[in-house]
Amino acid sequence: MSGFIEPIVGRYVHVEIDGEINRIYFEENGSGIPLVCLHTAGSDARQWRHLLADEELTKNFRVIAFDMPWHGKSNPPDSQYGNEYRLTTASYTSAIRAFCKALKLERPVVMGCSIGGRIVLNLAIEHAREFRALIGLEAADFQQPWYDTTWLNRPDVHGGEVCAALVSGLIAPNGPEAARNETLWGYKQGGPGIFKGDLYFYRVDGDLRGRTGAINVDQCPLYLLTGEYDFSCTPEDTLRTAAGIPGAKATIMERLGHFPMSENPIQFRRYIAPVLQDIIDKQNS
Amino acid sequence: MLARDAALTARGRWLDVDCLLGPTTQPFHVAIRAGQIVDMTPAPVLMRSWRFAYRATPAAFAAYWQAMPPAGWHDLLALTKRGEASLEGDLHPFMAHLQYFKDLLALPRQNGFGGAS
Repeated sequence: MSGFIEPIVGRYVHVEIDGEINRIYFEENGSGIPLVCLHTAGSDARQWRHLLADEELTKNFRVIAFDMPWHGKSNPPDSQYGNEYRLTTASYTSAIRAFCKALKLERPVVMGCSIGGRIVLNLAIEHAREFRALIGLEAADFQQPWYDTTWLNRPDVHGGEVCAALVSGLIAPNGPEAARNETLWGYKQGGPGIFKGDLYFYRVDGDLRGRTGAINVDQCPLYLLTGEYDFSCTPEDTLRTAAGIPGAKATIMERLGHFPMSENPIQFRRYIAPVLQDIIDKQNS
Repeated sequence: MLARDAALTARGRWLDVDCLLGPTTQPFHVAIRAGQIVDMTPAPVLMRSWRFAYRATPAAFAAYWQAMPPAGWHDLLALTKRGEASLEGDLHPFMAHLQYFKDLLALPRQNGFGGAS
């Protein structure tokens, strides 16, 4: 309908991360329990627009999605232009905690996908008391690499095209074509070397094998949901990770791949709505 | 099938390459010029060169070509990860035109070529 204005509001917040002010773009909608959403490697918070616009879920949750520094509308910090971008476990954790602190969020729920799902596990290991619940989508303590990341940033291959083409296979077949194209568009728009820099965390620095056993879900419930068509973080990777965390709830999502919230929002809602209801029920009990 | 897909041909308009594609049991020398297949000859052809080769087991292609391929059998690189396909040679033309090759090798999917995996 021409003229329809969505309820999502976008703003910038200045966040001090590791000693430097970052101008962070975020979008939000709703009221209630803060629900901070983390996008995948090389993309941005637009992946969450369907959840942000969900009339029912935003009655109980203040859904907030932000672009990580270097992604989307969050530029690199001033001192970093010209430097090689590399996400680490420490810098990713700092950015999330600093963002939550800047917005004065009281024990938010954090839900992340892919690298966001991996870092959620680190939040559960190191900072569980700060969060009401943690949700990892396409999350595992580690998964086997399936391509050489040097292809992602070189002058003789178009970065946007190769990034999108690589991840296109992680989307489940026969989902909505427009949602598939929109998901890939985010990858075509990433800055040079940003996807590769995110994967430094995913492939090299963020190996959490041997550490997830320290997670105590009594301090903070942990939900892990993975699409059956994700051959990067496979269902087996997630189930193996969950098996080592007593009390973690793992779900394999049918007809979904690595980008559930953006590749097929209606199918994803069937899985995430009960999780969010469970969080409300726990709070009310 | 490619000749009927104008969008895919246009996607490959900057691509000229000689490659080896198909089942491990019977790959083909494929000559592509400006995104169009101008020659496809069963391998081996003695002393014919190729830049890269993508070869998968017949079972892998049968699964890949199903209208709704099973999870883990639905993408060229999913097949290499699971050891059902191999990618060899100079990968530059393949990676620079990755979506083209994914869509090219998925064309039989639209035409009901896939069998049960």
